[in-house]
Amino acid sequence: MTKNQAVFDRAWRYLLAAWLVALASTASAVFIGEVMGQAPCVLCWYQRIAMFPLVLLLGIALLRSETGVAIYGIALSALGQAVALYHTLLYWHWIPESLAPCGQGPSCRQQVLNLFGYLDLPMLSLIAFTLITVLLVMSMKASGHE
Amino acid sequence: MNKKQITVVAIALVAAALFGIGAGLYQQRVNDQQALTANNNLALITRADAPTFGPTTAKVSIVEFFDPACETCRAFYPMVKAFVKDNPGRVKAVIRYAPLHAGSDQVVKALEAARLQNLYWSALEALLERQHLWASHSNPDIGQIWPLMQAVGVDIEQAKKDMMSPEIDKLLQRDLRDLATLNVTKTPTFFVNGKPLPTFGYEPLRKLVEQEIGLQYGQP
Repeated sequence: MTKNQAVFDRAWRYLLAAWLVALASTASAVFIGEVMGQAPCVLCWYQRIAMFPLVLLLGIALLRSETGVAIYGIALSALGQAVALYHTLLYWHWIPESLAPCGQGPSCRQQVLNLFGYLDLPMLSLIAFTLITVLLVMSMKASGHE
Repeated sequence: MNKKQITVVAIALVAAALFGIGAGLYQQRVNDQQALTANNNLALITRADAPTFGPTTAKVSIVEFFDPACETCRAFYPMVKAFVKDNPGRVKAVIRYAPLHAGSDQVVKALEAARLQNLYWSALEALLERQHLWASHSNPDIGQIWPLMQAVGVDIEQAKKDMMSPEIDKLLQRDLRDLATLNVTKTPTFFVNGKPLPTFGYEPLRKLVEQEIGLQYGQP
């Protein structure tokens, strides 16, 4: 294997890891929304808008071996990360109710899921977006060494 | 396809399969839970004073949790009526209220007022037929029901007085309580002799009704 091939493989694997996180997150969001019938709140929708396209974007790039996709993924993922951070702060009552943009529809503070006693949905989303951003940055760095 | 592409496609397929299996298992659990709840609360499903279409002696009862403003309830109405007509003496339909749309509670009260005038079914059919006039989700216009009810002979002044009566309110409140106990969150929700549908749809309803006719009256 040539050196370039090894560099590409590393970047590709980081991309694959980021895609797996996006795939698991999307599947979970669709499961909670459509199978369990929990309507998403406004902030959840914004996070979905950032998360769902990552599955297709990164998936197609993986199939076509285009590691340059990382920067596009980071843009989406950073956006989702910001909303997830805001949502988490709101959920944990670290920012006051009056700032909540939730009018009609389900409350963004409604508890839907709680894993191990402290992992709620906004927190899981924040973790997923952070992971994706980190993995995509690592992918970019890996291919930057060419 | 190279090795990388095979990996990606394989992962996507496994994810889709896991999702399908998970959804199936979850649905099964929900169904079991609902069947159990229904079985523990059989008395709450059929209430003797609920509007009933067909002979009260019929041994197969289709109980429908119904919202007059719900489009799917409208679509199911002729089918449910046909079950009663096609199985004379054997099947009855019972209407329970699940006013989940805005303003539906007022329409339910108006229908109950029409029942006092023995015009329940014609009033109900008139409202369903022109449902789009008064039952817009974003902007319901309940006032539109009065000319429709008048057209089938309902005395509107009397009905408007009657719908304020405590008896009608009591019936509606009781249905709302039963709704919560039975965990009914969507309309229409059907129970055939106390059994919920395994999956929602016309075919599952038809099968369940036929199965119950078979159980109660022997195979046709």
